[in-house]
Amino acid sequence: MMTDLQAIMPILIVTLTAIVTMVAESFQPRGERVPLGGLGLIGLTGAAVASVLLWGRDLTGFGVMRADNFALFINVTLCAIGVLTILFSTSVVERERIPSGEYFALTLFGISGMMLMAGASDLLVIFLALEVMSLSVYVLTGIRRSSEAGAEAAFKYFLLGAFSSAFFLYGIAFTYGVVGSTRLEQVAATLASQVSGPSVMTILALALLLVGFAFKVSAVPFHMWTPDAYEGAPTLVTGFMSTGVKAAAFAAFIRVFLSAFEPLHAEWAPIVSALAVATMVLGTTVGVAQSNVKRMLAYSSIAHGGYLLVGLIAANSVGKAGMLFYLAAYGVTNVAAFGVMALLSTDDHPHDNVRDFAGLWHRRPALAAAMTVFLLSLGGLPPTAGFVAKWYVFAAAVQEGYYGLAIIGMLTSVISVYFYLRIVVLMYMSEDVAVDPAPRLPRGAVAGLALATLAIFYLGVLPTRVINLAVQSVQGLF
Amino acid sequence: MAPWLFYLFATISVVSSIGVIGQRNPMYSVLLLIGSFISLAGLYVGLDSPFVAVTQIVVYAGAIMVLFLFVVMLLNAPREDVAPGAQLPIPGVVKAYGGVLSVAMAAMLLWALSRLGVVPFVEDPQAAERVASVRDIGLMLFRDHAFSFEVTSILILVAMVGAVVLAKKTV
Repeated sequence: MMTDLQAIMPILIVTLTAIVTMVAESFQPRGERVPLGGLGLIGLTGAAVASVLLWGRDLTGFGVMRADNFALFINVTLCAIGVLTILFSTSVVERERIPSGEYFALTLFGISGMMLMAGASDLLVIFLALEVMSLSVYVLTGIRRSSEAGAEAAFKYFLLGAFSSAFFLYGIAFTYGVVGSTRLEQVAATLASQVSGPSVMTILALALLLVGFAFKVSAVPFHMWTPDAYEGAPTLVTGFMSTGVKAAAFAAFIRVFLSAFEPLHAEWAPIVSALAVATMVLGTTVGVAQSNVKRMLAYSSIAHGGYLLVGLIAANSVGKAGMLFYLAAYGVTNVAAFGVMALLSTDDHPHDNVRDFAGLWHRRPALAAAMTVFLLSLGGLPPTAGFVAKWYVFAAAVQEGYYGLAIIGMLTSVISVYFYLRIVVLMYMSEDVAVDPAPRLPRGAVAGLALATLAIFYLGVLPTRVINLAVQSVQGLF
Repeated sequence: MAPWLFYLFATISVVSSIGVIGQRNPMYSVLLLIGSFISLAGLYVGLDSPFVAVTQIVVYAGAIMVLFLFVVMLLNAPREDVAPGAQLPIPGVVKAYGGVLSVAMAAMLLWALSRLGVVPFVEDPQAAERVASVRDIGLMLFRDHAFSFEVTSILILVAMVGAVVLAKKTV
């Protein structure tokens, strides 16, 4: 019982913090403001510390939760994403009059769902975790009740998300029909013992699960919801869901497809390759045409999903560790980029058009410099984290002989640099056109920007330590 | 269960489900949904799961649908309010494209299912007895799936908070 509880300790801490945050808001004295964001920060730090303490112990909880290094690595990544989101949120939440107790509680519930998803070794628990995560994010998307775009985004996201959950559940049902269990280790054992090749039913289960995951990681052609949901959601929520949801979904994707469905690698690799190519190409080419920065970053996040899929296909130790590194690097960078946008926006001006960034260097040099770092990291230029991440993923693809995928990945990366650099060029090269008195930077946000910038350079210049940890976390697991 | 009973319930279920989304009047949709749930309960009986069947009727066809009916009646919306011109006309090309795709997918599924031949499911003669009684369902729920059960409670909490956030009047 004790080891069971220890294994889920990070999740337990985050869930309890969410409940405390929710209750604290309703008990706060009238006129006073309890720093709810601070509670969240404490909880997330606690969860990260718990994850670090559990490192290397490989505990199992209740038979369905693994606290292996893989899950713990994702946990720490999710904590970092959560901490950055909350640091940026505190001022924005107040300015946009978002109900703060619910906002922070749902963010934390979302993170606990993501952690559950990363650690679960039972399809049923993965599904429940997926729903905890998704429900939180659906509500966060529509939390600005006065915003019509937010309501539309939340509704679209909810409908399509429910639809994809049905696909996923159907896949679980078929898997249970074939195997007689939803535990991943038993699924792997049964599939490996099928000597006469996979049955039609197995392939059907595989395809349905693939659809469910592809939707959550917004792989083309299951990406339709992404631009609308990302554009309509509050900017920080967009940052949160484009990184946290993706990290958790990819964690479960990796665990299910590289452990349970590993015996069928030959069956699913071509399908996932096609998805990866479509995702990379469409994400970058359509991204180039966008003039709304939130939409552009939405397509960029679709493209990043494609690069991660390349790592999933190549799936040697370099590829798996590279994916984990990629998720961490991309997560920190993308949250921070959306954070800058949220800090620049005001009540009547969302600051999400490319033109809004013109001459930012003359108005806010520090913010412009930070944004430059984040955009270069997203584009994958050295010496930032994004470069190292892409390098490992494509190296894995070349090692495994997937030259085509690696070449398409590099070409699309080059194209994507165009739309990141376009903003950078506008920030520095053009005269100050927009004169809007953007609010002063709150202290929390400054800390967040500094942390993110440091992390990006640390991961970009001295990646060895984190890469080693990533290698440790995939060793002997799959 | 006799095959004709299965096909009867399956047909009722599919037809009434299609009816649910085809209705303009939400009241009819709700009533058709009840029909769909009851025929599903019939299918559960055929699968030797009387407890699940009864639960299906009590919880879904009973409690949840009553709530649905209340909401529909309280909102006093006997018809969908579609202002003329509010709905964008769907181009014929899109309709044709969607139609072709859905037919293709149905054909593919039928082809796959026709190739099945043998029953691919795990044959377990005791499976029916194991999950038929309430006692065994309880044991399974609280022993094998205790953790899932707890996660479900968090899920419901999140859903509740979300519903309140989205529905409360003053922000």
